[in-house]
Amino acid sequence: MASLAAIQRLHGWAVQLTAPPLARAIGGVGIALFIFGLFLAATGRNPLSAYAALYSSTLGSRTGLSEVGVFMVPFILTGLAAAVPAKVGLINVGGEGQLYLGAWAATGVALYSGLSSPWLMLPAMIAAGFIGGAIWAGVALLLRVWRNLNEVISTLLLNFVAVLFVNIFVFGPWKSSGGFGYPYTPDFSAAATLPALFGTRLHLGLAIALAAALVCYLVLGRTRWGYNMRAVGGNVEAARRQGIPVARYLAVAMLVGGGLAGLAGMSEVAGIQHHLRPGISSDFGYLGFLASWLAGHNPLALVGAAFLLAVIFVGGDVLQITANLPSAAIYILIGLMLFLVLGLKKTSREGA
Amino acid sequence: MNTGLLVLAGALTGAVGPGISVLYATYGEVITEKAGRINLGIEGSMLMGACFGFAATVETGNVLVGVLAGALAGMALSLIHAYLVVFRNTNQLATGLAVTLFGAGVTAYAGRGYVGSSIGGLNPVAIPLLSELPMLGKALFRQDLLAYAAYALGPLLWAFLRYTRWGLSLRAVGENTSVAFAAGRNPARWQVAAIGAGGLLAGLGGAQLSLALTHSWTDGMTAGRGFIAVALVIFGMWSPVRAMIGAFLFGGAIGLQLQLQTIGAPISPFILDMFPYVITLAVLAVWTGAALRSMPEGLKGVLKGTI
Repeated sequence: MASLAAIQRLHGWAVQLTAPPLARAIGGVGIALFIFGLFLAATGRNPLSAYAALYSSTLGSRTGLSEVGVFMVPFILTGLAAAVPAKVGLINVGGEGQLYLGAWAATGVALYSGLSSPWLMLPAMIAAGFIGGAIWAGVALLLRVWRNLNEVISTLLLNFVAVLFVNIFVFGPWKSSGGFGYPYTPDFSAAATLPALFGTRLHLGLAIALAAALVCYLVLGRTRWGYNMRAVGGNVEAARRQGIPVARYLAVAMLVGGGLAGLAGMSEVAGIQHHLRPGISSDFGYLGFLASWLAGHNPLALVGAAFLLAVIFVGGDVLQITANLPSAAIYILIGLMLFLVLGLKKTSREGA
Repeated sequence: MNTGLLVLAGALTGAVGPGISVLYATYGEVITEKAGRINLGIEGSMLMGACFGFAATVETGNVLVGVLAGALAGMALSLIHAYLVVFRNTNQLATGLAVTLFGAGVTAYAGRGYVGSSIGGLNPVAIPLLSELPMLGKALFRQDLLAYAAYALGPLLWAFLRYTRWGLSLRAVGENTSVAFAAGRNPARWQVAAIGAGGLLAGLGGAQLSLALTHSWTDGMTAGRGFIAVALVIFGMWSPVRAMIGAFLFGGAIGLQLQLQTIGAPISPFILDMFPYVITLAVLAVWTGAALRSMPEGLKGVLKGTI
């Protein structure tokens, strides 16, 4: 089979390219940019000017840089939502749905709690967002524990349910009467909005996300809990025989993961939108999941992966204008990066 | 009471059409998983099939060219997954999702000129006599050609997997690659072929969706049908024939939703839209325990996780 021979030759090159993590990430991203540049050139666009526009619209300006920070928030938090359960061997693909539930719960508090001080309101919204996301992850957890239904499938399907669940409210009882017929909830009070930073769209959510990443890094890497979690993820039977309460670790990891994705939803509505509407997430949950894989489930590396995705995401809007690319075309670039960074990994063991 | 019966009858009649695209994807995923691999990228393959099937039909005016283009586009995407998971040993779930994302990007780009285009498409062909049967006749035998092909494909795939040498090789690879290798089979080749065939079938399903069911192309129109197919494989216990039951159950959920919408039932349309996902989850929750015993050995590492 000629095609098989060709694949094996490609495979040989890929093996030679296998490299340490950071070099692999840089190499993978570089090759992806090169291939995407070829695609741009083939469709009659100048890749150099497109990449120049991408740079100046993101890292090259104050506004651009702050926008990158804005998009890092959901990527970091939904990435952690995948990374924390991954440590115990659970695969949470439900960040998208958990984000929606978190946004929904935080909105409920913002609109109906009647709290007037931001010192009470914001913590209440954070708690609600976390619990909302955790409950949605908990549904998948219960299905796993009671019915042995794999969490990959349940979390994926629950994403679609969550989006529709939010729609029930924003098109129904929560719909603002002053929204010109748009399916928006009323705007939040000032007490229910996360403070903006540096006079940009950047908001306190970034600090929350970075703090969450740091805490996860320390807990997972430096504490007995983190050690036990990795033991459970490595070999569940061995962990059980060491006397580690396996079920408790599995449950807590999944619920915390869902809660972190819920915080992403809370910070979207409280930091950016200031109301709830359909489509608050542009696939953030899925992209965060993939960012976590890019980062090898390391919370600090995840911040870097989220930064990269955010640059592409913000730059994609500019490419839409300057290079006349539909905004979804950046998924081609993100997909290429993932293929390369995942594929350039050493292949000694499966799925590590 | 009468309304209830009418709604049920309507749901039954409407169950087949929406189920066909999912059925193709489920067949595809059964083959892939029988070879010991899982491909979440079939959601992307379905999108590719829907987009390129539709575009090729608009360009050539020939719906058969469209069907072929859709199937090949679905296969092309799945071969990316095949290369990465088989030769590069990447994580199958992350790779599959990345493949789906990539497919969403490619189709959004390639399909943007075709949003709103109209085509003749694949239209129902009534089978004489059979289509006159009460209720089931209309539901089953007044469908498009891809639907009839799907009816035949279930038993054929079942027989292929069970009784042919190729089917045996495929299953052997899915149970234990080392043993299959020792028995003189090349596991990598079988797995690549199985993932490619899975993508081909998912692409066909996507083409059926845009050419026969909606007669249109819109971004992200598969709306998770590929993921539902992955779920239905478990429900169908990795059997192509049982997959048919699952796909028609999914179709029935959509049929029921449309019927309730038509009669103006006082239920939020969003709750009705949840039906296919929630019913799939509910059915799986009831069934999984027993179904897992039929899981190919080679899948256990990915699907069983730590519990």
